Formats: sequence, C-alpha cells, structure tokens
Amino acid sequence: MNGIIDLSILQVLSAYIFIAVLMIILRVRGIAREKEVLISSIRMTLQLILVGYVLVYLFESMNPFLTLLVLLVMESFAIYNIIQRSKSPLSKELKNIVALSMVLGTLTSLLFFLFVVIQISPWYDPQYFIPIAGMLIGNSMTGISLGVNRLLDGMKDQKTLVEAALMLGATPKEAAKEVVDSAFDSAILPTINAMVGMGIVFLPGMMTGQILSGVSPVTAIAYQIAIMLGIVGSVSLTVILFVQLGYKSFFNDRAQLKTD
Amino acid sequence: MFSIEQITYKNIISVSKLTIHEKEITCIVGESGSGKTTLLRMLNHLISPDQGRITFQNQDLMDIDPIELRRKVVMLPQTPVIFQGTLRDNLEIGLRFSDKSSPSEKELAETLKRVKLQKDLDENAQNLSGGEKQRLALGRILLMEPEVLLLDEPSSALDDETESLIIQTFVDYAKEHSKTLIMVTHSKALAKNFADRILQVRGGEVHEWNH
Repeated sequence: MNGIIDLSILQVLSAYIFIAVLMIILRVRGIAREKEVLISSIRMTLQLILVGYVLVYLFESMNPFLTLLVLLVMESFAIYNIIQRSKSPLSKELKNIVALSMVLGTLTSLLFFLFVVIQISPWYDPQYFIPIAGMLIGNSMTGISLGVNRLLDGMKDQKTLVEAALMLGATPKEAAKEVVDSAFDSAILPTINAMVGMGIVFLPGMMTGQILSGVSPVTAIAYQIAIMLGIVGSVSLTVILFVQLGYKSFFNDRAQLKTD
Repeated sequence: MFSIEQITYKNIISVSKLTIHEKEITCIVGESGSGKTTLLRMLNHLISPDQGRITFQNQDLMDIDPIELRRKVVMLPQTPVIFQGTLRDNLEIGLRFSDKSSPSEKELAETLKRVKLQKDLDENAQNLSGGEKQRLALGRILLMEPEVLLLDEPSSALDDETESLIIQTFVDYAKEHSKTLIMVTHSKALAKNFADRILQVRGGEVHEWNH
C-alpha cells in the first residue's frame, strides 16, 4: 500500500472551482443564496483549518487533561445543540434529562469501545479517543434530537389518549408507553437504516478516510464494523435513557399530567 | 362517599361544601363551560384543587395512591377515546390498565349487547361511528366494575332513543350492583328521569337542584 498523496495549497484551491460553478449557477438563475454559500464555504474552510491545527497540537502533546477537555467541549456542544434544535421549548427538567442521558449514554459506550473493543493505550491516546468520541457523541446527538421532538409532539398530540388511560387507572408509564415507544423507534431508525445501506449505498467516511490514507481495506472495514456497532449502542443507550426519564417529566407526583 | 370542602380551582369553580352519597345516582347539570367537567376531573384526581380538601371514603385524596383511586373511581371522558386495535382490545384495555384479569368471551359479548353494539369483536375499532365509539367506551368501563363511575356527558354522541337505553342500562347496573354513579349531563330531562339527586353548577358554584 502506498501512503496518501499530499495535497499542495494550489491543489486544494483548485477544488474551490466547484464553489465557483455553484455561484455562477446561482447568479444566472437569480437564486438569492450566494451569500450563504460564500459564508458557509468560508466557515467550513476556517473551522477545518483550525481543527486541523488543534488536532496536530493535541496529538503531539499527548496530555490526558487536554483529551478530557476536548470530550467536555464535544458533550457541551452536543447538549447545547440538541436543546437549540428542539422545535418547541424544553422545560428545565427536560433539559437536565437531555444532558444526563447524553453524558451517561455516550460515556458508557465510549469507555467500553476504547478499552474493551479497541483496547487503546495510554487510555487518553487522542488519536483514537477524540475521533471515536466525536462519532459516538455526534450520532447520539442526532438520535436524541429526533427523540426529543417525537416525545414532545407525541405527548401533545396524544394527550387525550394518555389522559384517558390515566382515567382508567393506568400508571403514567403505561399511559405514555405508546408515545415513548414511538419516540424511541423514530430516534434509532436512521441508525438502523445506516447499517442496512452501509457498503452498498455509501462508503462511510471513516472507512473511506482510512483507505485513502493507505490502510488496508480489510482493517478499515474491521474498524467500520466496530464503530457502527458502537454507534448503534451509544444511540440506543442515550435514547432509551432519555425517553425513560423524559416521559416522567410530563407527570407530577400525583400521577397527573402537568399543565404547561 | 365524596366530601368536598372549600375547594377552588383556578377561576373555574369553587365549592364551599358538597357531599356525594354512596350508591346513589348523582347528576351534575349546568351550562357548558360552567365547570362540570372540572369537578368530575377532580373526583378522578386528574387535577387537584388549588385549595381545599376532597375526601373519598373519609380519606383525603392527597393521601390515597392516585392509581389505586382511579381504579375504584373510573372516569369516562366526554369525547370517547378509542385505542389502537379491535373492539376486543378496546374493551379489554381498561382491565389491562388496572391490572385486572382478562374477561371471558362471554363477558365481552354480553358487554357489547348491553351497550347495544351489534359488531364483531375483531373489527377495527377505528371504523366505528362517533356514537358507536361512545358506546364502546361505555362498555369498557362497565367491564371494569368500578365502585364509582364518573360519566362526562355519556350520551353526547348518541341519538335520543339510544341515549335513554344506554343511560337506563347504566342506572340499572348501578342499582343492581350497588355502585355509585356520577354523571355530567346538559339534559335536565335526563337528570330528572334518572337521578336520585341533581347538582347544578352555575357561576362556578354548585347547588343542589330541587326539581
């Protein structure tokens, strides 16, 4: 296997031709999106350059505290993002539950993945720790986001059904079961679909990256299978924690639906 | 059975003193929006009054396990709620929710007959008409045999003839099995026909209505 072809600045710049083509199309068709395209490509460039240098620094310094700091930043950003992306505002209690489920769910799967599956050493090796944490946290973030919206919508749309069940003597758990199950289901479905299409419909980014950098496709696939399973685990764990704790926030201690 | 003292709920209803007797048919009448449903929901402990006290069998509602209470004091909402599945599923679900054993085929068939539903037990319940859904929901709580039945406008989706047939069924059932029946209705005629006692909610307050 050969190493990867190093890209010169000129080569990278040439790829901006694609943006230029898009800008021309927008101009010709009179679609007012030029500003967004320009800003987002500049943002993307700057963010990646920055992260590149940060990663170089992290990999060279091999400092456990820095690795943990990165983990903290990722978790905080993910939690913030879930709360921001929610279609309707979340109660304080529900925000706390989002944070708790994200941290507990992703950390458990991350620790298992790093120390049982890959068995990295030292434990804070940023080359493994950071990208894997990123993939697990990112996917779990998407999962919980879906779960949050489905749970909120479900508790609102199915309110009469939930309440009718309470009237008949159901516990809040039974009364909310359908809503909770459907929120869980819709939150993990994209991850399950990703497994089905993997390798046929698309080559996942991590595997492609490893192959490009000269790693044997067999090794790359082994990693991809492992990370995919890790993602499934992390997504299901965070989402089940969230929905199980989350539905309770809609009821008070007298098993009544809270008003507002 | 129920005793209410000095309760208020938001600015919807306030009751200074009210007793609802065991094994009686109590009808609650009043204009729409007067707070009849709110009162019923408080008895089922779906909501709690902002102040004051409600007792059931001499026990403060706040000291009773809410789930246990609702299994004894079952409420039927005004708009019938139909759960996913067949008529059978919908009849059984009340017993399932309250952790009771499943009814026999015979009991299910009898219940359908009592609420005047000539339908197959395995039919999808979503296909029923509004009136049929209401009768199915009524059948569901009949099967549960609770001590107290709270019915919120049980006949709002029924035609006059079916209405009196169904209410008669419930009244007979309550008398026969010594159950307490509390029924919200807009129809004073219906109340006069069936009630042992009529309560009128007016201007957020409850009075005995002597007819």
